[in-house]
Amino acid sequence: MTDFTLWDIVRNLLLAGRWTVVLSLIAFTGGAVVGLVLTLARMGGLWPVRWLIRLYVDLFQGTPLLMQLFLAYFGAAVLGFDVSAWTAASVALTLFTSAFLCDIWRGCVEAVPSGQWQAARVLGLNYLQSMRHVILPQALRLAVPPTVGFSVQVIKGTALASVIGFVELTKAGTMLNNAAFAPFTIFALVALGYFILCYPLSRYARHLEKKLYGAGIR
Amino acid sequence: MTLDFSTLLPYTDAILEGLVTTVWLTVVTTVAGIALAIVVAYARDGSREGPSGIVSRLLGAYVEVIRNTPFIVQLFFLFFGLPALGVSISATVAALLAMILNLGAYTAEILRAGIDSTLKGQHEAARALGLSRLQSFRHVVLMPAFSRVYPSLISQCIIVMLGSAVVSQISVFDLTYAANFIQSRNFRGFEVYLVVTLIYLLLAVGLRLAFEFVGRRLFAFRQGGSS
Amino acid sequence: MALVSVKDLHKSFGELEVLKGIDLEIEAGEVVSIIGRSGSGKSTLLRCLNQLEQHDWGTIHLADQRLDGTAMSPGELSQNVGMVFQSFNLFPHKTVIENVMLAPLVVKQTPREEARRIAEAVLAKVGMSEKVDAYPAQLSGGQQQRVAIARALAMNPKVLLCDEVTSALDPELVGEVLRVLEDLAREGMTLILVTHEMKFARDVSDRVVFMHQGRIHESGDPQTLFTRPRTPELNQFIASVL
Repeated sequence: MTDFTLWDIVRNLLLAGRWTVVLSLIAFTGGAVVGLVLTLARMGGLWPVRWLIRLYVDLFQGTPLLMQLFLAYFGAAVLGFDVSAWTAASVALTLFTSAFLCDIWRGCVEAVPSGQWQAARVLGLNYLQSMRHVILPQALRLAVPPTVGFSVQVIKGTALASVIGFVELTKAGTMLNNAAFAPFTIFALVALGYFILCYPLSRYARHLEKKLYGAGIR
Repeated sequence: MTLDFSTLLPYTDAILEGLVTTVWLTVVTTVAGIALAIVVAYARDGSREGPSGIVSRLLGAYVEVIRNTPFIVQLFFLFFGLPALGVSISATVAALLAMILNLGAYTAEILRAGIDSTLKGQHEAARALGLSRLQSFRHVVLMPAFSRVYPSLISQCIIVMLGSAVVSQISVFDLTYAANFIQSRNFRGFEVYLVVTLIYLLLAVGLRLAFEFVGRRLFAFRQGGSS
Repeated sequence: MALVSVKDLHKSFGELEVLKGIDLEIEAGEVVSIIGRSGSGKSTLLRCLNQLEQHDWGTIHLADQRLDGTAMSPGELSQNVGMVFQSFNLFPHKTVIENVMLAPLVVKQTPREEARRIAEAVLAKVGMSEKVDAYPAQLSGGQQQRVAIARALAMNPKVLLCDEVTSALDPELVGEVLRVLEDLAREGMTLILVTHEMKFARDVSDRVVFMHQGRIHESGDPQTLFTRPRTPELNQFIASVL
């Protein structure tokens, strides 16, 4: 039934795994840039801006990532663009990531005691200056562990791109399975692939968190 | 680029059927997943040595594997992989199993944080009163731990509900499956997915409200002030 | 034989030897106050008596039964020795009466009706009958500590250990807790207290034990001990706290 050796399977999964990594990097980098802009706008903006960003965050956190992918894919078609699975997946995952990071980072900025804002203000620093010199450096230390932790969610999220036809690790797994029919081995290997990508990040995030709170900064 | 939602009307039944499936999958998963998490958290809380140390380590591995792999892969592994070992299960059972195992692992980890923050004095008071480890866990540790991590627990249950959209990929007739089904008939993908996405959003809001309602009753003890 | 009999008790935490050979006999109905500086080992001694700490060497007998890790189950032990803590340690998710009923119900398997009767009786004794359905967060510190005493009494112990039970209280709430303890003493309860309340130690106890550097440095009846301390250490200690 099968002419595939284990090495054939592994090789094909590794090749497809590259795209999981690339898509993760795109989503994370793009998401971080958009997320940062949103965080700053949300902290400093007028209420309609804050309200809109909050809505944006709630929408992405309150709906399935799979639906967001479908909407990006089919929505572009409605707008008259013929987008590839690549583009749709990149856009959807970037927006998804930006919403979650915006939420995480807002929490970190808010965790900086309000006395710090007041101290910066009485020294004559304006909003951006206070943010840049006083608040962000402190918020950054708080933000690193959960941000690293969330990168794991991004990597796992890329698996859903398989559903709109993007060939990454999971899609390669289903395609290989259709040809080789060794589901137990193949999906165990696919899972292992994700585990190898995610577990070190999870461990690192936990380590950072321990270091941060172990040092008594809060 | 005109939107036309009227083409959805003939498919109301399909959407309803999908909605019912998504809701009951979520309800069963929430109950069973939290129960599983309690057992796992208790077992992991035990000694790190001897036979219970091995159990604790195995459960730790289970939690890590679930947390560091995508839900869709877990689902495929159970649905396609288990029959290859001679254990054949229906798509619905596979979906339910995958969801429960997923929520169980995350919740066990969330709960552990709550248990770890139990004050030493509470343990000592329970011991001084003669409670065994299990009695102390059940009567003294569990409820305050739940109340401390309840916000994270709510979020996790919502994540699992939203994640359940993936079970459509093994042909479980849930809300997403209904959307795919309609899309394949009327070719109005965007409209269908927009409507279904909004339904998910309402489900998420509803689930949160339900949890908060239950939480207010369950954790009334947290409110101070005179009685 | 004495109700509590401690012989040559040793206990170390790592390198630090906290108890360096304690001998102590306490009769039924006796009220014994243990005083001394922090770090003198008095709380550790108390915690060894109900095995919250396992001692390294020596023996503890309680009502002719030897206490050694496994000799007495936690359930049996709690029916012999009750304990009240500095920080109350009430269970926050249970009402006052549920706190008191918990151990009788799950440890002693007392039927619910009877457990309730017991709980109501001990709560009446500490003057908390009005608040049976309140949660700990709704009570003052003094009220919480009185409930904690009732919770220990519900197991009908032969000895009640009190570990600085008034130290976490606002000054104006100390009195109500001490009055409860005085009542218990008058009723013949065996009390062993680690305390900083010197007036209480002098007025209520039958015997005062002064601990210094892991040993019993001096002990005797309160009048003699406080008015004519024999050692400079006790003299100094009394001067520093009065």
